[in-house]
Amino acid sequence: MTITLPPQTSSSPPGLQPQGWLRYLSFSLDHKVIGLQYMVAGFFFYLVGGALAGMIRAELVSPISDFLSREVYNEVLTLHGTVMIFLWIVPVVNGAFGNYLIPFYVGARDMAFPRLNAVAFWLIPPAGFLLIASYFIAGAAQSGWTAYPPLSLTTPAAGQVVWILSVLLLGGSSIFGGINFIATILKMRRPGLKMMQLPMYCWAMLGTSILVVLSTPVLAGTLVLLSFDIIAHTGFFNPALGGNAVVYQHLFWFYSHPAVYIMVLPAFGLVSEILPVHARKPLFGYTTMVYSILGIVFLGLIVWAHHMFTSATPPWMRLFFTIATAFIAVPTGIKFFNWLATLWGGKIALNSAMLFSCAFIVHFVFGGITGVALAQVPFDIHVHDTYFVVGHFHYVVYGGTVFVIFGSIYHWFPKFTGRMLNEDLGRFHFLITFIGFNLCFAPQHWLGLNGMPRRVAEYDPQFTLVNQISSVGALLMALSTLPFLINVFWSAFSGRVAGDNPWNALTPEWLTTSPPPVENWAGEAPLVTHPYGYGVPPGRIDLGAATGREIWSSGQ
Amino acid sequence: MPIPSAVLSLVVGMALVLSGLWIGQNVELLPVAASLNAPIYDQLFKVLFSIGSILFIGIFGLLVFSLIRFRRREGESGDGVAVEGNLQLEIFWTAIPAVVVLFVGIYSYDIYDRMGGMVPLSDPHAMHGSMITSQETDGSGNAVIQASVLGTPPEPSARIWGGIGSAQASAGAPLPVEVTALQFAFLFHYPQGDITSGELHVQKGQPVELRMEARDVIHAFWVPEFRLKQDVIPGQPTLLTFTPTRAGSYPIICAELCGPYHGGMRSTVVVHEPDEFATWFEKNNTATVATAPSASSTG
Repeated sequence: MTITLPPQTSSSPPGLQPQGWLRYLSFSLDHKVIGLQYMVAGFFFYLVGGALAGMIRAELVSPISDFLSREVYNEVLTLHGTVMIFLWIVPVVNGAFGNYLIPFYVGARDMAFPRLNAVAFWLIPPAGFLLIASYFIAGAAQSGWTAYPPLSLTTPAAGQVVWILSVLLLGGSSIFGGINFIATILKMRRPGLKMMQLPMYCWAMLGTSILVVLSTPVLAGTLVLLSFDIIAHTGFFNPALGGNAVVYQHLFWFYSHPAVYIMVLPAFGLVSEILPVHARKPLFGYTTMVYSILGIVFLGLIVWAHHMFTSATPPWMRLFFTIATAFIAVPTGIKFFNWLATLWGGKIALNSAMLFSCAFIVHFVFGGITGVALAQVPFDIHVHDTYFVVGHFHYVVYGGTVFVIFGSIYHWFPKFTGRMLNEDLGRFHFLITFIGFNLCFAPQHWLGLNGMPRRVAEYDPQFTLVNQISSVGALLMALSTLPFLINVFWSAFSGRVAGDNPWNALTPEWLTTSPPPVENWAGEAPLVTHPYGYGVPPGRIDLGAATGREIWSSGQ
Repeated sequence: MPIPSAVLSLVVGMALVLSGLWIGQNVELLPVAASLNAPIYDQLFKVLFSIGSILFIGIFGLLVFSLIRFRRREGESGDGVAVEGNLQLEIFWTAIPAVVVLFVGIYSYDIYDRMGGMVPLSDPHAMHGSMITSQETDGSGNAVIQASVLGTPPEPSARIWGGIGSAQASAGAPLPVEVTALQFAFLFHYPQGDITSGELHVQKGQPVELRMEARDVIHAFWVPEFRLKQDVIPGQPTLLTFTPTRAGSYPIICAELCGPYHGGMRSTVVVHEPDEFATWFEKNNTATVATAPSASSTG
């Protein structure tokens, strides 16, 4: 069902809102401003999380604990995981791109609930600064981003409670955002636009939001109970008081495994937008791509216990979760084959957006293969909680999402600012990031297989050389942000003027000015029912449907 | 005469499969195998490594080929071929991963069963308290848990949480060892000789049954050369059985974050030849001897 859009309803009257760059510091209700607020805040926290990662890799240059104290090391690794997941990847792939693109894609002038949207963003900065401030005021949490009890009950309480409060705020932000995306996609579509005509990112965000709404409250409830155990000395998870520490693990992973898909599904959606544009081909297998998203959502919700194969899980549970986890490879594989088929026979532009997107495919395939291996109980038993998992996880979430974030910024920067990013700097940025990433995380698989556990400040000296290689890779990744930052700041003010549609793309956001006006279009929103119609002759398009190209050339 | 594309695809496919199989069989990434379970595990690893290599090289190769073959040339504009789907292809690349995943799942289940992993974890009839159970193998090679009559009377409601069992236990009754995990050390107690040690001493070829208990937080007992790992969770006594097959000293590592000195929570398992083990056991048997943890095990 679709509803007719009322004019000038959602965004604030322009006269009452700050203009220019000041609007990005205001409580704006414009989905584009909120999207960019998510983006900039997220990137700030990426730098924070990256600095923390740098401290971890600096500590691991030598096998003894010499750079950081052991307590601080645990605080740093806890902060690193929390910041990168909850303050960088989730807010950016969901909040930033979702807010910016979804209203365009459904033909709306804003999100369904603009004020809720703004509240969702403005929960993030205080939560983030609270988390970081805890390090300086009370000492940060030390029990890792998993916060398993009883360890999280025995480390200094103040930092752990602040960590819980911060994650609760961020979880609330996620839930608000998820509700908004579901409502916007299902209820704000332009009349005449069917679900199966939406750009793929809409489907990815719909699937992601379903996961967010179903699983995040479980984490919130779990953390509230954990805080009761810490503050009021209840015994929900404390074995000494009759509680069960394994129940916490079930509840925690019920959210935190889907959290991987909450990070990765939007990245899948973004890649599905980028590849057709720069390969000049329709997205291959649209229908199966949609069903594969729904399959991933369903399977993603029933595989959490594969994180607990070495914990107290009975054999039948291990068998069920092995099979269920491994079967996620099927819908995921469909997507990868479809992306390859999208490239096949195209006119591929090897620009920065395409390079980052293709690197994502390589990395995620690698992470996916090691993921299927990890789903097998006997294999998992040996490598669980080792650097193999660290390597696998970073191939999935850094190789699988951060590369997509960078590719997406190169793709949509002209729309955000009206100016192009410099391609030479972009390719240089890609090259260093690609080399640094693989140098950093590929050797970690070997470390795990050969006996290096994760979350350790000290390790067996036989692993020194490989750890040093990994740290050099991390250094390269850190350096790679410099050309990116220079490029963004220089191009935002002095870059080549992009024009409205520099890629000659067909999705709706390109059918307005760059940057777009408040409420997105000067006139009526265009009805784009064939967003990937590259090379499609007009005669093949269904009656009443149109490609973006036709709308654009007709001057609507 | 140009080579037909079907022949070319077949040749490339065969080369890909052979390369993957060669990599899986010949590239050694694991430490030495020192338990009965380890070679079984390594079979699975080789299969997974072979399949993974075939898939990764295939997809990576296809991607790089596409980027080179179909790159946009200088001055070229216009769109590629407007192909939006192909039902047969979609069915093909849905079915193939499904079959592969199913095969891998069934094979790994078989491996897990051969490693003794399908032993029921919690037996409501098993005993609690000092964790006095014994694990023996029946005639078919399947491990069974039996309640023992030793020690304190049984508590029917109590549960023993077991890890993997060594279903291939070769000969003799398993050597019981009580393991206490605490911040930041493993302590090993041999009830048969009332020996307490900071290192685990076992005999090559003899099954060992670890009865594990955690005092404070969750720890994990891991010996990479045995390919075995099991969380040790407070309030949940846990069994882990294995049979060492190679004499030598191997690290015991705590794999679960357990506090500031987690990285230093290490010990050693010494696998003795039978006569050496008898000597060690006899030497420590008469009185309780608390062996001080080595420097590396205290961090």
